[in-house]
Amino acid sequence: MKSFQQARWEEPLLWELSLEGRSGCLPPVDERVIREVGSVEELVPDKIRRKSSLDLPELTENMVVRHFVRLSQMTFCVDTGMYPLGSCTMKYTPKAAEAAAALPGFRDIHPLQHEDTVQGALRLMYELQQILAGIAGLPGVSLQPPAGAAGEFAGCLIIRKYFEERGEVDRRTEMLIPDSAHGTNPASAAMAGFEVVVIPSGSDGLIDLEALKATVSERTAGIMLTNPNTLGLFEKNILDITRIVHEVGGLVYYDGANLNAIMGWARPGDMGVDIMHFNLHKTFGAPHGGGGPGSGPIAVSKELEEYLPVPVVAYDEERDRYYLDYNRPKSIGKVHGFFGNFPVLVKAYVYIRLMGRGGLKRAAAHAVLASNYLARRTEVLRGLKLSHAPHLLRKHEFVLTATELKAQRGVTAGDIAKRILDFGLHAPTMYFPLIVKEALMVEPTETEPLETLDSYAEVLSQIVNEAWSSPEQVKRAPYATTVRRVDEVRAARPKTRALTWRDLKRLKEKEGSI
Amino acid sequence: MLRFLGLEKLDDLFEDIPEEVRQRCCLDQVPEAVPEVVLWRYLNKLAAQNRAEPYRRFVGGGLYAHYVPAAVDFIAARTEFVTSYTPYQAEVSQGLLQALFEYQSLIAELFDMEVVNASLYDGATAVGEAIRMALRVSKRKKVIVPKLMPPHRRRVLQAYTTALDCKIVEIGYDNRGLLDLAELEQEVDDATAAVYVENPTCLGAFEEQIFEISDIAHKKDALLIAYVDPISLAIVEPPGAYDADIAVGEGQPLGLHLGFGGALLGIFACKRKYLMKMPGRLIGATVDVEGRRAFCMTLQTREQHIRRERATSNICTNESLSAITAAAYLALLGPQGLRRVCEAVLANTAYLARRLNTLPGVTAPAFEGVCYFREIPARFDGWLAREIREMCIKRGIDPGLDLGTWFEGFERILLACTTEVHQKEDLDRLVSVLAELVR
Repeated sequence: MKSFQQARWEEPLLWELSLEGRSGCLPPVDERVIREVGSVEELVPDKIRRKSSLDLPELTENMVVRHFVRLSQMTFCVDTGMYPLGSCTMKYTPKAAEAAAALPGFRDIHPLQHEDTVQGALRLMYELQQILAGIAGLPGVSLQPPAGAAGEFAGCLIIRKYFEERGEVDRRTEMLIPDSAHGTNPASAAMAGFEVVVIPSGSDGLIDLEALKATVSERTAGIMLTNPNTLGLFEKNILDITRIVHEVGGLVYYDGANLNAIMGWARPGDMGVDIMHFNLHKTFGAPHGGGGPGSGPIAVSKELEEYLPVPVVAYDEERDRYYLDYNRPKSIGKVHGFFGNFPVLVKAYVYIRLMGRGGLKRAAAHAVLASNYLARRTEVLRGLKLSHAPHLLRKHEFVLTATELKAQRGVTAGDIAKRILDFGLHAPTMYFPLIVKEALMVEPTETEPLETLDSYAEVLSQIVNEAWSSPEQVKRAPYATTVRRVDEVRAARPKTRALTWRDLKRLKEKEGSI
Repeated sequence: MLRFLGLEKLDDLFEDIPEEVRQRCCLDQVPEAVPEVVLWRYLNKLAAQNRAEPYRRFVGGGLYAHYVPAAVDFIAARTEFVTSYTPYQAEVSQGLLQALFEYQSLIAELFDMEVVNASLYDGATAVGEAIRMALRVSKRKKVIVPKLMPPHRRRVLQAYTTALDCKIVEIGYDNRGLLDLAELEQEVDDATAAVYVENPTCLGAFEEQIFEISDIAHKKDALLIAYVDPISLAIVEPPGAYDADIAVGEGQPLGLHLGFGGALLGIFACKRKYLMKMPGRLIGATVDVEGRRAFCMTLQTREQHIRRERATSNICTNESLSAITAAAYLALLGPQGLRRVCEAVLANTAYLARRLNTLPGVTAPAFEGVCYFREIPARFDGWLAREIREMCIKRGIDPGLDLGTWFEGFERILLACTTEVHQKEDLDRLVSVLAELVR
């Protein structure tokens, strides 16, 4: 096994590097203009002029660049190594997409500049709307939601609007959500005013049809489901599920976080889904930006199209001109100040065009293949097992449970995750979904070659062996990372909490160094 | 791998999907693959159809074309920041966490506020979240906002409050385009959760009555929510100085490209006493088991992945990369550089106003605000702003926004915008094109 040591710079905070009088960038002020209009003191009334000092750090360009380069070196990323964070689809992202988004013609245009001067950007958006509609099997698309959760919120508002139009909004108060769902689902439903009703999973990890039948009623606004679900299992009864919900007049929302598993093989629209969101930063090869920007476009059925957020990009065939269509009186309004995260749209567009329809389908198949391969290689490790219906085929991800290791050796899923970091690999998502104890949720993605999957399995095997023979070795991990295990309790405790440099300075004065 | 799994072909991996669903799957709307070299040519063609250079464009409206120093682009393109995700594993993500902690700290200084989250999507959704939070903490139901609020922001606020039992009351403006204080005083009462105010206003003038507005709100124990411009805070009073309870803003001017309005930065700050009620991620400083300084995500019990339907917000993916970019920008400019940007902007704005005002039939500023920052409303007696803009576009210049598309009765007002990227000659060119038109 290769040894690994992450960079450890002990890099000070910006203020600790600062020296008065420095600046990395001093833009010029045109003296000719100042002579005509007067100085800041003359232009800004005293009453509103800033009185307090502005304690920003003072550094040279070289110092700033070096600081952030060092910080970057202490950050694990997809371009460093395998990052199988379940439900996050950390696949390799093509560099052509980055280059395209950085073209000045895309990067430096203003959303409110005249439509005639942004025809290329609008065309790209229009084409992407068409493509996503095709992948969803649903005709109406809005690219506006800036993240998956924003797509969910927009979708829930559309469901709300749909019932408002039908005069049923006061009655349709319940949103059904399986207990395996992502946390954003119940949070988004609640933000849109729905009461969350949890649907339990059966022992096979799938939605319990009997429980669903017993729960739906005339109060049901809809169901939000992820398929494949967060256990990596495809809801094979999907047609029954959508029928049951439709029969009581509810709508079906599909969380596209796991679309990478079925893209090109099945379309949500063909399963009876009424509305869905995509995560372009997961499925369509746009990078995750350390937590964002993402992009969460939504697709809806014909019946719901008129409720989409404004504007939608439209094409006037007669004049061969793309335009922003605001004339949609039944729209839910806006969920983002402008048109969403356009640079992410560019990246997803590039990814899709490079892959083509055949490539997308192959990508999904290889994601599922990699997941099943790694699942079979790791479920046999002593003390780990595949959660829920181990005989079933997984889709793009699988969930291991470490309950036995915890019971026998006191080694938790979190300990295993930390130990993985010592091998230059990222940990799986841990402690999720909530219905699995000691969960490790693994999503290898299609872009990891077989050799990498094998070495991940070997690393897990070694860690499991350690857990049995010398559990302390695992419980004290990691060792090779920038810092050792981080004290999260201290960070949260009111007395030691520091959320800014100001807080930290105050703490330092009180109790010495940190 | 297939052999290892005892399967024959890739199709076998999808047998759990109902056959009729698989058969219906048609991908005709997705084009066939294109080689990179061919696609690149097409992308360049599309990009070339957009007018990107800022020198002949005077459009603001909430996003602004400031100069982005090359060093900022360089830092923002570091692949470690670009291709990582939410730092769930703190030990391998110290750099990202420290950068976000520095972002929180820099904004806290600039805004003079106690706590700042690690970003929301954009300024507009930050307003939505701020008002939701004010309703939550005050348990009251009325929110006061200015009538003069850009519709793109107002509509987001509307969507964010659709499902809440609350009333949004709009307050008019005085002859300076500032909030009508008499009307405000009348409207703020014991049921008021928050007074939301924008500074500068969407017409570009600083809200000179901000201290009075704060007093009016606080007298009735309503929260003050201020939407501010981060760049301007190098010269004007920050929200902390007028005791704002929540301060929000659009962070795009801090070193982010316009990106056709995407990948923005929602700044969200508040008083410490509201910490547990605030939306979004927070990064805290701590130590590792060996006592080394370290950073991690903290107070996650507010968030959706733990609290689910009772979370303070549904936000998960945010705008981390934008936050790091803003941190790099602020670190690079420092207090002096930022002040210089402000000086240049103030001077250009004042100069543009003066020159526009010399044109026959043009009043600039169209309102009597005292100090304008970046944006200047100009009234054209003989023309609609829409006509002016169309004529300018034909001459290769985008003179600003037609405020008739924002507010009724503003059809003759053009909102022109300038930053430090414009030189005197650029402003003179705009004025001379307009002079020809209104002659």
